[in-house]
Amino acid sequence: MSDPNREDDAAAKARKGRNIAIALGLVAFVVLVYVVTVVRMGASVANRPF
Amino acid sequence: MAMATAQSNPRAIARWQDFLQLLKPRVMSLVIFTALTGLVCAPDRINPILAAVAVLCIAVGAGASASLNMWYDADIDAKMRRTRGRPVPAGRVQGADALALGIVLSLFSVMLMGMAVNWFAAGLLAFTIAFYAVVYTMWLKRWTAQNIVIGGLAGALPPVIGWAAATGGAPLNAWLLCAIIFMWTPPHFWALSLYTSEDYAKAGVPMMPVVKGASSTRRQIMIYSLLLVPICIAPVLTGLGGVAYLAVSGLGGLVFLLLAWRLFRSHAGEAADPRNDDGLYDVRAGARDARNLFAFSILYLALLFATLLAEHLLGAAPLELFR
Repeated sequence: MSDPNREDDAAAKARKGRNIAIALGLVAFVVLVYVVTVVRMGASVANRPF
Repeated sequence: MAMATAQSNPRAIARWQDFLQLLKPRVMSLVIFTALTGLVCAPDRINPILAAVAVLCIAVGAGASASLNMWYDADIDAKMRRTRGRPVPAGRVQGADALALGIVLSLFSVMLMGMAVNWFAAGLLAFTIAFYAVVYTMWLKRWTAQNIVIGGLAGALPPVIGWAAATGGAPLNAWLLCAIIFMWTPPHFWALSLYTSEDYAKAGVPMMPVVKGASSTRRQIMIYSLLLVPICIAPVLTGLGGVAYLAVSGLGGLVFLLLAWRLFRSHAGEAADPRNDDGLYDVRAGARDARNLFAFSILYLALLFATLLAEHLLGAAPLELFR
């Protein structure tokens, strides 16, 4: 017979792994949008009128 | 169908690796390779960071369409040895989750490509995802023996998207790269299906050997191979390939034709050979010729694109015979 607590541990570990993967994905997305924004604006950032 | 499969195994636990598997990482790596070739061969240069973003978008778009494919095809995948261990038919991921992942990543890849690179490339990427997920997966695959011929367009478009990302357009040379992969697909997949056709028959997928028989498939492989080789050599006439490319495409093309001819003359795919059972790819009578062509087709395409990539990165002069 299977041990229900053992399966809960496995499920919790899998959930934690998925949560970390989602967190890393979101952080990567934010960094990506930031970098793309800077590259697309390029020199225009420094050249804008004050 | 996918839901029922997943519900039959409620104890299964989805790990992040299962979601990664939904994206078919090996196919993604091939898509990255061909898209990068298109991007590098294009005459215009874009910012290297934006180029990397473009390749990322194409790779994620390919992964999204793979996830949609695995959601819809869970019933077929469950019947085939090669695919029954995939996350949805194995019950580790719910079909609805695979669908959601596919939709979210499709939107992400197309929108990012449009905003970061250009909207022409984004449009081509959206078309490619829709073509693979809807036209090929939902329609052609279950309906006609020409499924991989027409559906092959989805796999052939990444170099055009890469070219479009760099230039904002898609001239003849970009479509030549597309034509090479498009014409390469039928001999490649039919050679494979000649020794895995039992799996397709069991799943009810109308692959060419199942519908028309092995003899007709071998004949069509020969015809497509005869059409493929001149198209592979054509880039030296249009200012895309140089001397190295001419050598690789010409010599490799001769080997390709020789293997296709041997396959044409063989009895590959006609009868089971009980002496052999090597698991994933059983060797049927004469199927060694089919396996040789299948293996060489992968090497040939890889060499063609690697040579183009190397020539353009190293600045080798194209032959430009017709320019």
